[in-house]
Amino acid sequence: MTVTAVRKDPQRRTLTVEAEFDAPVERVWQLWADPRQLERWWGPPAYPATFTKHDLAPGGRVEYHMTGPAGDQPHGHWDILEVEPPRRILLHDACGTADGIPNPENTIRVEIEEVAPGRTRMSIETVFPSTAAMEQALANGTDVGLSQAVSQIEAILAEETIQR
Amino acid sequence: MFAALADRTRRDIVRRAISAEEGVLELAGHYPMSFAAVQKHVAVLERAGLITKERIGRRKVVRTNLKALLVARRLLDQYEGLWRARIERMNALIAEAAGADTVGTKESKR
Repeated sequence: MTVTAVRKDPQRRTLTVEAEFDAPVERVWQLWADPRQLERWWGPPAYPATFTKHDLAPGGRVEYHMTGPAGDQPHGHWDILEVEPPRRILLHDACGTADGIPNPENTIRVEIEEVAPGRTRMSIETVFPSTAAMEQALANGTDVGLSQAVSQIEAILAEETIQR
Repeated sequence: MFAALADRTRRDIVRRAISAEEGVLELAGHYPMSFAAVQKHVAVLERAGLITKERIGRRKVVRTNLKALLVARRLLDQYEGLWRARIERMNALIAEAAGADTVGTKESKR
């Protein structure tokens, strides 16, 4: 498995995903630094992404849209806060609709480090600014049936502490 | 919402209120703390949208808002799925490029 760790911290509204790749740091960095490569992984196959602006520098902006099967085009952008090639990016990501209504920004922190020669770990931490932002991001597609809800609820409440 | 769930007593209240049989007074009987303290916990949960007070006949019972609770959990689950898929695509991209420009590609894993 490429993904080596997933940490969810609902109290801090944070999701951290760690993955390891059989590639040197520079190669993994290119996944973020080269917009043509970004386009190959940012959007799901049904929603390929197009990056129309890619200024990966502190204060810079990255702009993209995704094209859906019905021709819908959600737009988004990153505001780049910090960059330290080839190992660190801190950005605000805001994905909105085609008519430009943005969702609140998420903060994404990317860290890339060598764990062994030719083996690189990437950690991606997403922090949501508020519960409202999380709920808004999930506004569609969360209409869970209540019977299903009840069966899941015990598991949720049984989690005494969220692993960190 | 998450802050509201961070407390063990409040999680217990949410659990008990799934069946919506008890009012604040009955709930308070389960905990070694004052009625006022339990009332405070209930208020926090109510503000967070995790429970509602509901009138049944002449009684007022506390009921868990299951949907609100699930939204929070499902959001993180959904984002996990999104990033897992992205990482799979990254991995494929790296494997593809490595195969294209190395002679005798070697699989270094396992």
